[in-house]
Formats: sequence, structure tokens, C-alpha cells
Amino acid sequence: MSTTHPHRHTHATPAPATPAPSGGTPPGDPLVWTENLSVRLGGRLVLSGITMAVQPGEVVTLIGPNGAGKTTLARAVLGLVRPSDGRVRRRPGLRVGYMPQRLTVDATLPLTVRRFLALWRPVTPERIAEALEEAGVTRLADAAVQTLSGGEMQRVLLARALLGDPQLLVLDEPDQAVDVHGQAELFARIEQVRRRHRCGVLLVSHDLHTVMARTDRVICLNGHVCCHGRPEDVSRHPEYHALFGRHAAELAVYLHHHDHAHDPDRGVVSGHDGDCCHG
Amino acid sequence: MDEFLIRALAAGCGIALLAGPLGSFIVWRRMAYFGDTLSHSALLGVTLGFLLGVNPMIGVMVVCVALALALVALQRRRTLAADTLLGILSHGSLSLGLVALAFLETLRVDLMAYLFGDILSVTVNDLVWIYSGGAVALTGLALLWRRLLAVTVDEDLARVEGMPVDALRLAFMLLIAMVIAIAMKIVGILLITSLLIIPAASARRFTRTPEQMAALASVFGVAAVVAGLLASLAWDLPGGPSVVVAAASLFLAGSLLPMRG
Repeated sequence: MSTTHPHRHTHATPAPATPAPSGGTPPGDPLVWTENLSVRLGGRLVLSGITMAVQPGEVVTLIGPNGAGKTTLARAVLGLVRPSDGRVRRRPGLRVGYMPQRLTVDATLPLTVRRFLALWRPVTPERIAEALEEAGVTRLADAAVQTLSGGEMQRVLLARALLGDPQLLVLDEPDQAVDVHGQAELFARIEQVRRRHRCGVLLVSHDLHTVMARTDRVICLNGHVCCHGRPEDVSRHPEYHALFGRHAAELAVYLHHHDHAHDPDRGVVSGHDGDCCHG
Repeated sequence: MDEFLIRALAAGCGIALLAGPLGSFIVWRRMAYFGDTLSHSALLGVTLGFLLGVNPMIGVMVVCVALALALVALQRRRTLAADTLLGILSHGSLSLGLVALAFLETLRVDLMAYLFGDILSVTVNDLVWIYSGGAVALTGLALLWRRLLAVTVDEDLARVEGMPVDALRLAFMLLIAMVIAIAMKIVGILLITSLLIIPAASARRFTRTPEQMAALASVFGVAAVVAGLLASLAWDLPGGPSVVVAAASLFLAGSLLPMRG
């Protein structure tokens, strides 16, 4: 870890997000973890040196500005993008439920919600009814998927993810197409699901404040892990403020010297050894 | 009824039945131009078949699959848009087929029949090919149905659920290649795509599930074949184009009807 940090905060403990010796399994019994993961997309280094893990039953939130690589990290965890360096490992036989940011079905394809849910694996009508009930969209069972509102579609996607009896839920900005009222309801629903299924959750969000109360750990990304820890610690962290530029008053209290700065390519300009800080 | 007319009707209906579900997928996957490109390459396949002394249908399938693979490889490089690539391959392969055919001076091929089809000259042997090949293609499609639909709705979700997305896409291209090989002699390589997409597009407005749309597309296709052939006989019109005109008329009539809730 960096020893050049002049003012280490009391809430920031000097340990990596998940101390994983290269090639070994991180502590606990994680569902999924990455080891020094880097991803290049179209020649551009989108993620570099990411080491993180999601433990059973825990909610890990990825935050960061647009283009910080949040979605790319989620996609790497899902196996949808190939690492250019490092690796992604998952517990053997891990069942993953994925809820994408948005999904639009071509208007030429006649498809009801019920039928949409039955496409991904052989399921009984009873299981579909259960999942619809749990996601709170029973009334939409026979609606055409193209007629759903953003919030309704997200719930249908949640129902779809539940049909696989997931141990890990990956949610990519589930609140994107949802109004403020719907957001609170959606997150309450997700929390309910997490408790009932005892699954781990990897949540991508652009705004820490909407998800703070329901998050166990936060990883603040900007191409690399800027800071991470409990949400209340991260929300007070200078790195977090440097990225989001909010709450200037708070920022003044926690002002400290940076050992690096972010350049426009999201690289780290001056030397440091990976994670900036964590709590 | 004349025997040649019965054979023509049997051949046309067989192809229309097959084209319903496959054409629906082409419409859902927005692959109309892709189908067109594959069928344009069929002439090259025919020439190749003659050159190598194998059944032209085998030649067509080989060329179609090779073209599909070339297209996938070219798309990976992402230097040109998909429609530009399709245009290059479509017209390049059609012209190459015409040029290659011209080199085979000893070969007497009815070019017009390959371009626009010759449904009234269908033989019993052709019927055997259509129905056996069609049965294989439909069985393949039925087996892959749910997973192909999933891949059509969202490839990422299908991948996360562990489906072999690339293999499924390849299998679908193979099915299209089969249909083109089977239908080429009947409707001609320039008109095959229309028999695939027009009945499916006509069926969309009246259906609420993918299966209903596929089935209704087959029904519309059969209706177009019967109407087109009878018109062709009554007024001495070219068979293939008459069938396509009938299908297009059905589409137009369907568009004017009020839509079902």
C-alpha cells in the first residue's frame, strides 16, 4: 500500500479492498472475485488493476462518474468482456442473475411478459407466477413487453433474474429508467429479494446517496479503485468528492494531499501502487 | 388439374410452410438484407456445384455458409458498417457467380430460371428435396426455438444464462442457407428473401406470440403461393414474381385492416 499518503483518515484502514494474493482465494468464501483485473475496450484501457470480491449475502455498490468503467467491471464479472490482464474468478457452479441497464425488444417480435420469462430456461408456469409475484408485477403477465414503462420493465427483469434462483445478483443501474418514486420502491423490492434468497448483490449506481442505506460496501471507481469501504466512510472520502464534486463544505474538512491526480484518460498521473485509500 | 400445376403447388406450399417460421426470425433479428446477401451468393454456389460435379444445392449451401462466416469475420474488424459490407458481398458474389457462369461455355444453364425461379418446371425429384430438406430444417428450428428466441431478445442475457450464443447464430445461418438452397429453383435467388419476410411481416399485426406469428406467416405464404400460381396460369405470367406480387398484395391488404387489440 501507499506509504506516501500524508494524512490517512482514521476510518480508512490500510488494506486492499479484498486482500487477495495473486492466484489465491480472498478471505471468506466469496461468490466472485477479480484479481488485478484490467480491461481494454477498442484499445482504450477502461479498467486497470481491479481487485475486489463479493461475499455471500453482501451488497457491493460500484459508483463512479460516467465512463469510469462501472458497467465494464460488472460485465467482466458476468463473463461478457474478456480481461486483457488479471482474471475474474467465480465459485464453481455459481448461479448468477443479471439485470441489465435496459432491454428493448424489437417491435416486430410479439412477446408477452409471461413468454419473455419462459425463454431463458425450462420453467413451469407456477415458477413464473411466483417470480412475477415476488417482483410485484403479477398484473403484467399477459402484457406485451413493448408496452411496459421503464420501471415495469426493470421489475420484469428482476423477476427474470429470480427464475434462475441466483446466488449472485448483478444489477446495472436498475434505477436508470425509473422515476424517483419508483426508485425507492424498486430498491425496497431488491432488498426484500436479497433477504429472502440470501444472495450477494453487485450493484452499479451513478449516485451513492440513493443506494447508501442498502449497501454494505462501496467501491468508488474511476478506471481504477479510487476508494472503497462502508458507504458512510466513502461518502466522506476526499477521493469521492474529487470525483463527484459535491458537498463542498464537507470536502473542506477532509481536505488532504493527494498522491495522485486523475488525468482526462482516467489514468493515474503520479505514482502510487493501486488503491488510493479505503475505509 | 394438370400434373405440373399440382407439382408446382406442392413445391410452393412446402417452401411457404418452411419460410413462415424462418422468415419470422429474419424479421425479428433484422436480417432481411443479410438473407438477401446470402441468396445472391447462391448463383456462385450453383456454378461451383456444376464445376465440382456435385448437386447444385450442396454448392449453394457451402457458398452461403462460407459467405456468412466471411461476414462475421469482417464485422469483427469494425472498419465498415454492416450494410456496406452486406452490399459489397451481395453484389460482389452475384457478379462473381454471373462471371463464373459465363466461363463455363460448355454448360447450358437457364440463367433466368435461377434468377427468378421456374416453379412450373418442378420435378418429382425437386419435391423430394424440398420436403426432406424442409423437414430437416424445421426440425432443427424447432429444437433451437426457445434458445434462438432468447438470443434474439438479448444476446448478453443469453450468454450470462450459459447459452452458446455464437453456435446458435451459426446454426441459424445454416438454416437460412438450407432454405435458400431448397427454394432457389422455385422462386429464384432474387426473390427468395421476399418469400421469407413478406408473409412474416404481414402476420405481425395479427398475432400475440412468436409461435402464432410463425404459423400465420406460413398460412399467408401458402395463400400467396396458391393465388400467385393460379394468376400465373390464368394470365400466363411468370410464376415466381406472381407469387411475390400476391404476397405483397396480402401484406398491403393486411396493413389496411384494423389491428387486433
